[in-house]
Amino acid sequence: MTDIEEVVNRRLEELLPQKIEEALRQREASKTPTLAIIASRGTLDWAYPPFILGSTAAALGWEVAIFFTFYGLNLLKRDVSDLKVSPLGNPGMPMKMPFGPDWFKRINWNIPNLIQAGVPGFETVATLLMQQTIKNNGVATIEALRGMAQEAGVKFTACQMTVDLFGFCHDDFIPGLDYAGAATFLPVAQKADVTLFM
Amino acid sequence: MHFDKEVDARGLGCPLPILRSKKALAELQSGQVLHVMSTDPGSVKDFAAFARQTGNELLASTENNKEYGFFIKRK
Repeated sequence: MTDIEEVVNRRLEELLPQKIEEALRQREASKTPTLAIIASRGTLDWAYPPFILGSTAAALGWEVAIFFTFYGLNLLKRDVSDLKVSPLGNPGMPMKMPFGPDWFKRINWNIPNLIQAGVPGFETVATLLMQQTIKNNGVATIEALRGMAQEAGVKFTACQMTVDLFGFCHDDFIPGLDYAGAATFLPVAQKADVTLFM
Repeated sequence: MHFDKEVDARGLGCPLPILRSKKALAELQSGQVLHVMSTDPGSVKDFAAFARQTGNELLASTENNKEYGFFIKRK
């Protein structure tokens, strides 16, 4: 190898990593981040994560797509006031009262599963208490968060297969949805910076 | 500090302070300042991150008796 080649090679080795890093940084800075979420749950508690993260990502300037499948379809129904939360078999859920004096509100009611399962209407009462807690804490309703996400340009897609499976029709859902399947979601997820399954 | 618009997000939980602020910022001209009031302790970190991500400058952030204030300049 000639001297000149050796000098050029050495210089290139010094410069290339810097240049590549700079180019990558520029690409990163100019790219709009993207988020793809699968929402597969249909309870009041699990209704929050997709809409909170989706609307917040949109507020940060991200491009967001949420795919609703299986029980997640419940989150797209025109009326979401009937979403329920179940403390049964959910030991992580604090059971606290949203009213009364502070000492009373701090009590965690440890109710055995057997009683939870046996008392008619237990889920309904738990849901009412949760709804009150949500209100007391200034947390948005699902309907409001969903509206804000849609308004901010979050793209909602409903899984057509589960729409059919559960006997829903498009009229049951809010307007502005796409209906599609796995083959539509995967290429979106492939290009997304963040993909979450909920 | 001078501001051109104000968002009162006191009593609201995550992510409402951010969503309301984003909407309010969109109604401002470049260089104008938004003042946000919040009682959510999480909003301190959230508004810093929001400013970094969106390129709007967080001019100042205040805390007074569990009330938080943010001054954000529209980019």
